[in-house]
Amino acid sequence: MEFSIEVNNRKIQARKGDTILETLTQNGIKIPRLCSVKSLSPTGACRICVVEVEGMKNLVASCSYPVSEGMVIHTHSPRVLKARKVLVELLLSNHPDDCLYCERNGNCELQDLSYELNVRERRITGVKSKLKLDLSGPCIVRDSSKCILCGRCVRVCDEIQSVSTFEFINRGSKTRIGTSMNRDLNFSNCIGCGQCILTCPTKALHEQSSLDRLQTELYNNKQQKVIQLDPAIMASIGEEFGVKPGKEIEGKLVASLRKIGFNYVFSTSFAADMVLMECAAELKQRMETKENLPLISSFCPAWVKYAEQFYPELLPHLSKVKSPALMLGSITKSYFANTIGVKQADILSVVATPCLARKFESQRIEMTRNGISDVDIVLTTRELAHLIRIYGIDLQNIEPLLPDLPFRTSSSSGKLYANAGGFTEGVLRTLYYQTTGKEIPTTKIGELRSISGIKEYEQKIGKEQVKVVVSNGLTNINSLAKAIREGKLDAHFVEIVACQGGCVNGGGQPIGLSVKDKKMHAKSIYDIDDTEIMKAAHKNALLKDVYDKFSEVVGKKNVDILLYTRYTKRDVLR
Amino acid sequence: MEKIHGSDQILLHHVLSKTSDEQKHITEEKISMLRRQTVSKPIIYIGSTTSSLVAGSKKTLKIVEEYRQEMNVDLEIIEVGSLGLCSLEPIMDVQLPGRCRVSFQEVTGDMVATILDGVLNNFLPSEFALAQYRNPLHQPWLNVPFFDDLPFFKHQHRLLLEKCGLINPESIEDYIAWGGYKAFANVISNYTHEEVCDAIDKSGLRGRGGGGFPTGIKWKATLSIAANQKYFICNADESDPGAFMERVLMESDPHLIIEGIAIAAYAVGANKAIIYTRNRYALTVIRLEKAIQQAYDLGLLGFNIFDSGFNLDISIRKGPGAYVCGEETALIKSIEGKRGMPNYKPPFPSAKGLHGKPTVVNNVETIANVPHIINKGFEWFNAIGTKQSKGTKLFSVSGKVNRVCLLEVPLGTPLSKLVELAGGVPEGQKLKAVQIGGPSGECIIPEDLQTPIDFESFKTKGLAMGAGGVIVYDDTVCIIDMVKYFMNFIKHESCGKCIPCREGSQRMLDILNAISSRPANSDGHGSLERFKGVILLESIAEVMRDTSLCGLGQTASNPLISALNHFKNEFEEHIFERKCVAGVCRNLRIYYIDVEKCTGCAACAKRCPTNAIIGTPRSPYFVVEEKCIGCGVCEEVCKFSSVFFK
Repeated sequence: MEFSIEVNNRKIQARKGDTILETLTQNGIKIPRLCSVKSLSPTGACRICVVEVEGMKNLVASCSYPVSEGMVIHTHSPRVLKARKVLVELLLSNHPDDCLYCERNGNCELQDLSYELNVRERRITGVKSKLKLDLSGPCIVRDSSKCILCGRCVRVCDEIQSVSTFEFINRGSKTRIGTSMNRDLNFSNCIGCGQCILTCPTKALHEQSSLDRLQTELYNNKQQKVIQLDPAIMASIGEEFGVKPGKEIEGKLVASLRKIGFNYVFSTSFAADMVLMECAAELKQRMETKENLPLISSFCPAWVKYAEQFYPELLPHLSKVKSPALMLGSITKSYFANTIGVKQADILSVVATPCLARKFESQRIEMTRNGISDVDIVLTTRELAHLIRIYGIDLQNIEPLLPDLPFRTSSSSGKLYANAGGFTEGVLRTLYYQTTGKEIPTTKIGELRSISGIKEYEQKIGKEQVKVVVSNGLTNINSLAKAIREGKLDAHFVEIVACQGGCVNGGGQPIGLSVKDKKMHAKSIYDIDDTEIMKAAHKNALLKDVYDKFSEVVGKKNVDILLYTRYTKRDVLR
Repeated sequence: MEKIHGSDQILLHHVLSKTSDEQKHITEEKISMLRRQTVSKPIIYIGSTTSSLVAGSKKTLKIVEEYRQEMNVDLEIIEVGSLGLCSLEPIMDVQLPGRCRVSFQEVTGDMVATILDGVLNNFLPSEFALAQYRNPLHQPWLNVPFFDDLPFFKHQHRLLLEKCGLINPESIEDYIAWGGYKAFANVISNYTHEEVCDAIDKSGLRGRGGGGFPTGIKWKATLSIAANQKYFICNADESDPGAFMERVLMESDPHLIIEGIAIAAYAVGANKAIIYTRNRYALTVIRLEKAIQQAYDLGLLGFNIFDSGFNLDISIRKGPGAYVCGEETALIKSIEGKRGMPNYKPPFPSAKGLHGKPTVVNNVETIANVPHIINKGFEWFNAIGTKQSKGTKLFSVSGKVNRVCLLEVPLGTPLSKLVELAGGVPEGQKLKAVQIGGPSGECIIPEDLQTPIDFESFKTKGLAMGAGGVIVYDDTVCIIDMVKYFMNFIKHESCGKCIPCREGSQRMLDILNAISSRPANSDGHGSLERFKGVILLESIAEVMRDTSLCGLGQTASNPLISALNHFKNEFEEHIFERKCVAGVCRNLRIYYIDVEKCTGCAACAKRCPTNAIIGTPRSPYFVVEEKCIGCGVCEEVCKFSSVFFK
């Protein structure tokens, strides 16, 4: 039902059931806000979005108040402006305000807001928050003194990620965001997906940075410095430098990283092809033996930790194959090291990835051999962009170069896994070939490219109707996991990614991207697939080459330990 | 009902007004016995509610029991509720066969023997006696006033408190004997849901929690929504500082609340009712639990009550004790097992409440009115109170009064009457202000005390009635200290969700603290800074009222604003002269040493934390004003009372 309301002496149309904020936004009236995010349920906590409604005693939080017919609203009356300004001043009164030293300087919603509202004087002084910095987590650092308690991390962790690591604790002016039993993050059930970092308006949540260590290591001449680039980075890093996403940026990044001092730059997609081959073989074998079906993907480290914590019964279903980044890490320190004749310890293996949980994955005991990690340093997209800035490289005008051999090229399947459902597409392509010896008739599967939370598809392969399910994000994970646990899910393969949309929206991606940006990033990955000729993993000639020599180079007994991993039940505070 | 036999059956028939002719005699006898019209042996009644427990009633009870054993006298001991005379507790009543029941005040353990020795031998120690109950069947005592002649009781309109202190709160029989559960039985057999809502609507009953929303309209809103499950919640989480009305009521007459809830739940069509109280109210919980169990045993709750097809389950939820959980949305969250934080409204709980189902939340006092309205009719209720505010209201009066008490007066009674009934301020002191409504209420100056207490008069004056806690201040109270207390309370009890309440309360407290303390280095700008603080206070207070999410934050600045309006001079004194007339603000005190009295023992100089006291031994010491922080250690250690402050 439509009706008209009056806003700032102008009539506008409103729909019944919308909030005031939605109506105003649709009509191009910008209302500042802090706690309200479109994808999350409103809480009405920050009160910055208040407007004046005639006939109401108090100001009204527009994010949660429904419009009604005949409302007369003033969005920028002196009363409203004063209230907003005082609210921001109150927030700033105990904020550490060390903006110059803050990672989010220039990209901070509190800073923007105080600028927009013209806060120019410190009228209200309070004691600056000095709270414990929680550095214990492998992925995420919590700086509670910068927290403005908007509750966005609480809601994103609970409503979108179904993890619920954070909750408000204490009350009154001592209210904080805390984890279970107020212990440090490493005791908590945090899966390290980093979605909270993306939603945090300030620097209260940020990643565990490895930049300092990397800069020192880069000057260690004894080491061969190897970095691998995740395909999802190509989609998004351009945002930081004003370069269009797509294929060309890979070459520019390769050139920049060589300049920075890396001896070898590889493409993670190569290993993704390898993972797809192994995974398809594993699926084929399980479908023959009908054991532990459905096979659940394990390339997402955040999901793996989630399963280890919450659904240990599902661990036998998880694919034994390592994730692409760690797979490349292990073959770099074995196959590649042997080829170029250096020791395992003399390789510095760096991963540039949009995934924050990789930082945790790289520290897993399963990912070390002889006490040496397969991956030494994990850089997020943000850190990579920062690295390029520190070294003063002009990404826009640098001459592109190709990644290094032998892990240079990949099929487009190896890049698709950056989008939710892409991994499944890749598996189906290779499985079809491995089962029937023919290429899959339709490569592009629209059902798996939708944005819905649970995607389902059936593909006839040989005599069997192969059913696949993709969980796009963890929002619906509980019903799905329970169905698998109770044996009610009639599917052969399940892909689960922790971040909605897949790795392109990972926790290490640039902060503050709009929905439009995200869509474009996903599209750029699909575009590569549409134009690429080599669409399936089994067609990768370089991969075939590596496979042929692999057991010879690394030794037959080592093959399993290099390619496969294992999982353990994890006890954490919930 | 078939399962219930014997005397219970008689009571049930009485409740249902189905007493047959042959039963009539037995019933009357039973009721008369339960009302203790005729008693065969002496009965000792001991008031035992939380307020009397604090005063020592448990010890009194123990000693009475010991007395009974030692003296080998045949006594019956009954624990009863509270009369509302909290500062006269423990109160012990004695009823001898054929004599009027007589109350004794402040019966501490050591007085028990004296009193009982006297009374049991028909000699009344009248110096301890408070009053006696009027009863035409009993012979009165000489020289003891009747309760209804005492001004304290005479000027009250005791409707909800009628049975408090009179009956045994742990006995459903007592309650039934005094007419209990008749309203519920009547409603459930003769009324439709709409008719109950209508009766309450017409009675003009308004929510007693502070908002004053018409109860009938609230009920009708929920009744009109179709849902497979509805909830009724009784908000028994009374936690305003200085408010103890509902707690005493629940401990003194729990069945009244249970009956009220049962009627209300029937009216809105809810078959699950929850009493939300707090874990700390141990006695309240025990009494309510007992009452619920007794009602279940008699078939007054449960499945298919009185074959009406109506089912009702009442359960108790013990909250952890957060002030904000008195706010209905926070209360609902707390019941759901979540963190008690208010949510935005709309949707209101009447449409989407507990577990997303339509829910009515009423407070205890509102519910306690319901059985009376049903029993006596809405016309009767309409006659009490003012034009728009009907009925009576409970008030707990505390602070600087001679008699801390709980009273019930018709709405429209002037505030001064409450102070008067509470015995006024202590002798030699002057009434300074009256704070009504706890941390969300205003302080009212003596000139305004004639304001009748009703929703409309308060609204026109811009006051908030609150739940009914009245705190009286005399001139030994510093108004800034009072405001600081409430602001500290809010700072501590705010849920921390919205910025204005969480940060605003902290910052306002900071400013108030700055006003009431001496800056260590006064460079001449101190006063200006503090004066700027006051302007800022007003600004923050306004934003807090305008933008806070729930009532807690919206009203949190009321004590401050009213204090600023009425006691501006006191603020100015604190700011410019750094002086607290009442002498409460420790940090503003400057100590002096009386040269005449000082012996030069140096005890104060040794203990002074800032070395502000100097001198030579055996000659008078003196205080360096600039260094003194007003901690008062010197005053404490001085054996010659030579240290004083201005």
